[in-house]
Amino acid sequence: MSEYTRFLEGSDRDFSRAQTPAERLHLDVVLLTPVLAIAAMGLFVLFSASDGDWNTLNRQIRNFVVGFGVLLVVAQVRLDTLERWAPALYLAALLLLLMIPFFGVGAKGAQRWLSLGVIRFQPSEIMKIAMPLVVAAWIVRHGLPPRLGVTVVALLMIALPAAAIAVQPDLGTAILVAASGVFVVFMAGVSWWQILSGALAALACIWPAWLYLLRDYQKQRILTLFDPEADRLGAGWNIIQSKTAIGSGGWSGKGWLQGTQSHLDFLPESQTDFIIAVLAEEWGLRGVLALLVLYGLVVARGLWISFTAQTSYGRLLASAITLTFCVYVIVNMGMVAGVLPVVGVPLPFVSFGGTSIVTLLLGFGILTAISTEKRILSR
Amino acid sequence: MLRPLDALRDTRREWMINRSRLIAALLGISLLLTALVYRYYSLQITQHEDFLTQSDRNRIRVEVIPPTRGQIVDRKGRLLAANKPTFVIGVVRERSANSEALILALTERLSLTDRELEAFRERSERRRPFESVPIKLGLDDTALASVAVDLHAMPGVVVDAQLTRDYPYGEALSHVLGYVGRVSADDLDELDPERYRGTLHIGKVGVEKRYEPLLHGKPGFHHIETNAHGRVLRVLEKQAPEPGKNLRLYLDLDLQREAVAALGDQRGAIVALDPATGGVLAMVSNPSYDANLFVEGISYSDYAQLRGSLDTPLLNRAVQGQYPPGSTIKPLIGLGALERDFVTPDTAIPDPGWYRLPGDDRRYRDWTLRVRGTGHAETVDLHMAIAESCDTYFYDLAHRMGIDTMAEALQPYGLGQRTGIDTTGEQDGILPNSQWKRTALGEPWYPGETISAGIGQGYMLATPLQLAQAAMMLANKGESFVPSVVHRVGDLTVGGVQRPPREIDEDDWKAVVAGMVDVVHSPRGTAASIAKGIGYQMAGKTGTSQVVSIAQDAIYDEDAISERNRNHGLFIAFAPVEKPRIVVAVIAENGGGSGAASPVARRVIDAWLGEAGDV
Repeated sequence: MSEYTRFLEGSDRDFSRAQTPAERLHLDVVLLTPVLAIAAMGLFVLFSASDGDWNTLNRQIRNFVVGFGVLLVVAQVRLDTLERWAPALYLAALLLLLMIPFFGVGAKGAQRWLSLGVIRFQPSEIMKIAMPLVVAAWIVRHGLPPRLGVTVVALLMIALPAAAIAVQPDLGTAILVAASGVFVVFMAGVSWWQILSGALAALACIWPAWLYLLRDYQKQRILTLFDPEADRLGAGWNIIQSKTAIGSGGWSGKGWLQGTQSHLDFLPESQTDFIIAVLAEEWGLRGVLALLVLYGLVVARGLWISFTAQTSYGRLLASAITLTFCVYVIVNMGMVAGVLPVVGVPLPFVSFGGTSIVTLLLGFGILTAISTEKRILSR
Repeated sequence: MLRPLDALRDTRREWMINRSRLIAALLGISLLLTALVYRYYSLQITQHEDFLTQSDRNRIRVEVIPPTRGQIVDRKGRLLAANKPTFVIGVVRERSANSEALILALTERLSLTDRELEAFRERSERRRPFESVPIKLGLDDTALASVAVDLHAMPGVVVDAQLTRDYPYGEALSHVLGYVGRVSADDLDELDPERYRGTLHIGKVGVEKRYEPLLHGKPGFHHIETNAHGRVLRVLEKQAPEPGKNLRLYLDLDLQREAVAALGDQRGAIVALDPATGGVLAMVSNPSYDANLFVEGISYSDYAQLRGSLDTPLLNRAVQGQYPPGSTIKPLIGLGALERDFVTPDTAIPDPGWYRLPGDDRRYRDWTLRVRGTGHAETVDLHMAIAESCDTYFYDLAHRMGIDTMAEALQPYGLGQRTGIDTTGEQDGILPNSQWKRTALGEPWYPGETISAGIGQGYMLATPLQLAQAAMMLANKGESFVPSVVHRVGDLTVGGVQRPPREIDEDDWKAVVAGMVDVVHSPRGTAASIAKGIGYQMAGKTGTSQVVSIAQDAIYDEDAISERNRNHGLFIAFAPVEKPRIVVAVIAENGGGSGAASPVARRVIDAWLGEAGDV
């Protein structure tokens, strides 16, 4: 079946058999089941991390309800619609990002928020979605594999917002935004020697970036990674306490609600970025592996959706979203375990916070849209 | 809507590209996830023990519960050193809405001084907001009652109780008991810091210091769980402290108070021993001070006043004061001479009222020469020499015995060496002989010095306790005990430690003690004035010791020299003679003569024999 058939009138209808409710709603059950399992597990961990605070739990459940609502809406959107609107979304997000230094609202010494009266939001989160959409659209428009010029433009499209986010400063989000764009370029089939030279160029940028771009506290976080004991009660505190929490959990953990590191306030940010330490302390390595298996199922399904997607746009988008999801998991778990610098990346579907949940589920809405569109066509 | 390019694109090739990249991505992800799993494995399995220890150390803190200090009671169980609850009013800043307003209110209610407020602010800086910071210390229960009424209505105010040392009888017992004070940096250097964690006070002087290890007890502990801010969450394990041992003294509070009253304003000391045990029945040193001043730290001005006083109230004269014993040692010298056959009880020597060494012009005067212008009698024997305190007799005896033999005779009675009493600061005194003078002064012994030594003058120095100890040995016919303030520590008897007895011949003893009895009971005795109305037999010996040496042939005139240059009056005694129950030594500093000391001894002995408790 060639690609143009999906534009034929009525081709998105399958009359051969009755549709399940999930299919009618464009939901990929295989993808969403492990997501729901992670969410459920995450609620238990969060309940413990918040010292049994029902209010926190209710707010997190509300975040999921909103997130799944967004997912449900996005799942109904057709891919070509997304492709068409991607440049507009990207430009809007970029404009908002550039407005932040002038109209932004600060929190903890960083300006990340824009306030529209009742709603405060982070333009960088919109960029997380807009980035893969627009880069994929740009590359697909010029055919795969991209020519060098196309690649360079794509990289510039990535670098501009990533830099704007990095200087807010929000290194975690900048990495995620950049990653989501770079993965598209990678999946599009940029030749390996181009990837290699790009990587070398990036390495070459480390030295000037260290000198001129990174702020002192960011350098401190990276140095702390190598020697947390150098400043036990200062910069090293988070890492020492989170490693202690993880390590003291052992294989089977101290038991749900029994973690001393988190309940006695030794563990900082235990409800948000460092929540994996709570899980590791209370549920042990068993719990960590269980969570990783669930994440693995999500990633496998995401890659499978990419593998079986009917259009290049769908494939690029699906793999970029899935791989970015991987980056969330690996960066978060790596930084809490003290092997990566501490950057603000939440643990997907477990860390407390509406923004990341809604953004992630929005991405999964696109993923499930890709998945169901393909399936409807294939029948 | 269909873009022209789309129709031309090679969808199969694009699919192939995506597929190969997907496989590469899958590999990359697998690799990274494996690394992540390895990292968690190494933290949670390989290094699990280390981190578990680390997390326990994080949360568990050992908090010491200081032991309760042992109390001190007299022989009848009356509290002499007690643990009094005092109250500390503290402020928990976290619990009060407006801590500045609260402190202002407290300042008014408790009439806090600027110094207290400053101390409070200093302390506040070092405490966490949820910890109680003391603002008013050392309130007793009546003072607390007057302010406590509305304190409970003020959130953030807490009242903590703690125990501090209290000496209910103050000055009367300070020299016996000593005192405790705040543990100082110097103390900490010498202590086992584990045993003193959480303890605020330590014995500084006297019995309190000597028995410190037993009085202190053993601290207990809590294992408490704290959070990252140090807030105590719960007690995991508790071991109760072992309280310090109580001390029971030989001392009798009534006798002590009677002795204090008997001495009155007179500077001096009294030591009363139980001859059956060596136990200290009473021990007075006047002037005294209030030991309570030292417990919470004495103020600088108070201390300067005590330190600077000419009357040296901080000196425990009973064991630290060293005085020429004067004639009080005559019975001992007489006993030594009898034993060594220098004299017999019948030996009599002529007494013109003075003595002169062969081939020397210097006259050594008898005290009678000043009073009566003559000697005691034509001839004087040992009995009369003791009863009337004849100097001439002992000048002659000293000359014939020689200093070294005399020292040898006195040494077994403990002169010149510490008794080993269980308090602090005891002095040696001096029992001179020729060897001592060569070592201490680098000079040879002169014969004239032997003459002075014969009546307890010159280099010879003794503490009141040493004199009491010597009198105890006389009373006991040679049996001796280490003088002891403390009778029992908890259930264990520590007093009454017997020394190897000094064998005294019965006849010799009788000869000497008969003289001592007549000191009191004969109308010609030097202490005859105290015999009026006496209901028991007392053996005693008076003494007068010179503070300044009197020039040759000068007549000593009491009024002409200043009060502090007047002679010390001394008296030793035991009673009843047939079965002694109390031994007393009294020194009246600058009292002029023994007449200032002997009535004091009579009053103390009366008090004891009139109403004696049993140990």
